Amino acid sequence: MAELKLMKGNEAIAEAAIRAGVDAYFGYPITPQSEVIEYLMSEQPEFRTGMVVLQAESEVAAINMVYGAAGTGKKVLTSSSSPGISLKQEGISYLAGAELPAVILNVVRGGPGLGTIQPSQADYFQSVKGGGHGDYHMYVLAPASVQEMADFVEDAFEMAYKYLTPVLILSDGIIGQMMEKVYLKDQQPRWTDEEIQKISGKWATTGRIGGRERNIITSLDLQSEKMEARVHRLQAKYKKMAEEDLRFEKIQCDDAEYLIVAYGSSARIAQKTVDLAREKGIKVGLFRPITLFPFPKNQLMEMTKQVKGILSVELNMGQMVEDIRLSVEHKVPVEHFGRTGGIIHTPEEVLAALEQKIIKR
Amino acid sequence: MDIKDIIKPENLVYTKTKLMTDNALSYCPGCGHGTAHRLTMEVIEEMGVEADTIGVAPVGCSVLAYDFMNVDMQQAAHGRAPALATAISRTWPDKYVFTYQGDGDLAAIGTAETIHACNRGENIVIIFVNNGIYGMTGGQMAPTTLPGMPSSTSPYGRDTAKMGFPLKMTELIANLPGVYSVTRQAVHTPKHVRKAKKAIRQAFENTRLKRGLSFVEIVSNCNSGWKMTPNQANEWLEENMLSFYELGDIKVEGQLVKK
Amino acid sequence: MAKIKGAIVVDIEKCKGCEVCVPACPSDVIGMSKEVNGKGYHYAYMANPDACTGCSNCAIVCPDGVISVYKVKMD
Ligand SMILES: Cc1ncc(C[n+]2csc(CCOP(=O)(O)OP(=O)(O)O)c2C)c(N)n1
Ligand code: SF4
Ligand code: SF4
Ligand code: SF4
Repeated sequence: MAELKLMKGNEAIAEAAIRAGVDAYFGYPITPQSEVIEYLMSEQPEFRTGMVVLQAESEVAAINMVYGAAGTGKKVLTSSSSPGISLKQEGISYLAGAELPAVILNVVRGGPGLGTIQPSQADYFQSVKGGGHGDYHMYVLAPASVQEMADFVEDAFEMAYKYLTPVLILSDGIIGQMMEKVYLKDQQPRWTDEEIQKISGKWATTGRIGGRERNIITSLDLQSEKMEARVHRLQAKYKKMAEEDLRFEKIQCDDAEYLIVAYGSSARIAQKTVDLAREKGIKVGLFRPITLFPFPKNQLMEMTKQVKGILSVELNMGQMVEDIRLSVEHKVPVEHFGRTGGIIHTPEEVLAALEQKIIKR
Repeated sequence: MDIKDIIKPENLVYTKTKLMTDNALSYCPGCGHGTAHRLTMEVIEEMGVEADTIGVAPVGCSVLAYDFMNVDMQQAAHGRAPALATAISRTWPDKYVFTYQGDGDLAAIGTAETIHACNRGENIVIIFVNNGIYGMTGGQMAPTTLPGMPSSTSPYGRDTAKMGFPLKMTELIANLPGVYSVTRQAVHTPKHVRKAKKAIRQAFENTRLKRGLSFVEIVSNCNSGWKMTPNQANEWLEENMLSFYELGDIKVEGQLVKK
Repeated sequence: MAKIKGAIVVDIEKCKGCEVCVPACPSDVIGMSKEVNGKGYHYAYMANPDACTGCSNCAIVCPDGVISVYKVKMD
């Protein structure tokens, strides 16, 4: 029995986290995502489910709190926006290195620097290429609606525990701030201590219950051979993610002669562009990657058999376009269009760019 | 009486606790880290709470504390141990959670995490090993380096006009209302070791009673960084460190007992 | 009169020859061996075993925890 509510994306994700039985949230306020912690603080989930909510002294502290609780097998969430996510990179790298499950939400705003509080997709590189130091990736989910903000909480934790990895939900100020109808799932109970033992007892530091050998959470391997093996283990996960948990959506692609690739809020705008184009008789399709890492490489390559050109539409100066080019290996022209600085392109602007950069080229 | 008649299992009065692993310590000969580790583990063993103890190792010479302490351990990023401990203790309120941190870790890069965990009065124990220097990275100046004390980044001695004064984190922390107990100890002589162990025991008893944050500083040596033999270093510690970092309780049961 | 006699056992291979135990002994029991262990350290030993009272001072200051102490009461 789902419940239908009108909510902001940021609130939906917070409510979904409570309902998904998340054990703890650690965060630090920053626009445009402060509603996440504000909602949690006003909901007082400690009385609903026993979920811990703590306002940390910084994003650095918050992500390291995530590490601490994740290291004990608890389901932990944190959220921030771009400048705060930069601060979290240290902890994210440690989470990846120590192979800990955790979910991180980035409600992206424009940068670099303090930038703007307006929406942006300028953190694509940071999100999918690693972001912090070392050879690692996160599993990255890009919601395009308030519904997906809510739904991706459970999906993200499923992936985090399947792969023992940090998972990023890459949203932006549009999705975070806009209000939409959302179906909220029923309350799931939090894991009991016994369930945590069953699920994560092999590695989680919950104390040497029953006198078992000690568990150690670390990302350190002073022996190069061991460190290389650790990195290989991470790479094997990434390969498996691509094989088993890649996600994307194809809209009006069956007869498409031209392709727009866009994720998150840009995909919503581009979907209108597709309609506008089709009204003019131009057969355009929209390819929406839902996972940005793993990236739907083969599926895009497949599309080159059919389309004459690809436009990557992003709220930045051209980041995902590089991955598309790598995917399609110059089989078709690939161009980028996007506004930045917090400006959101219109469907008409996107159509004009498609005509100019791809169709008339 | 022959020695062989004395050395029998029934006559054993002291041996390394089983909560220290058999791994050879990675520390330099004579380094106080080993003693501080052992005392912590002796206390956990004597309280019988190893199944409920989770330790957090820092970045510093004691980064490998988890190789030596035979309890569940997490290794934290440099300075962040109190953030980890906060989350562990919040999500497992009945566990005994401690951090073990050097002075660079706790009083420089981790100042914010330390002060805020203390200020929130987290129900954890912080063991703070102050050797006045960055041991692991080769003897650079620490926030705790004494005025005039040489290090590889203050080769002519710490010039307080340019490099600031040594930071007495322990006194600073004692003044936070959220903090329950604060003490400064040492481990370079048997007398000091016995007192330090009592202090660590008291700290973990506070955790048992959910009294909040207990902070135990251990003034220690770094003979490699100080470029002395261990015994010279211990004498130097006694003569120089202890006049600046005075030993004893600073806060007891939430009350300041020393300014 | 009851007399207490002690003895220590040093885990020779783990001793680092730091000599911290030497001044810690109130009875001047401990000396450093001329020989070295596998790691090249001159290890601690009971140079003057008769004087040991089993007070454990040496063992509790030994940073590497390599000393075990035994004690008997003799009537
Ligand atoms: C982010 C980061 N910066 C710097 C370092 C390098 N580093 C490792 S240990 C250390 C200082 C450790 O000193 P202290 O905390 O006093 O511990 P000790 O080694 O003296 O026990 C530094 C600067 C690091 N590992 N990570
Ligand atoms: S460098 Fe200093 S702190 Fe580190 S192990 Fe050696 S003596 Fe100890
Ligand atoms: S204190 Fe320990 S390690 Fe050092 S010399 Fe004595 S027995 Fe050996
Ligand atoms: S037990 Fe006491 S008397 Fe015996 S060697 Fe050790 S310190 Fe000396």
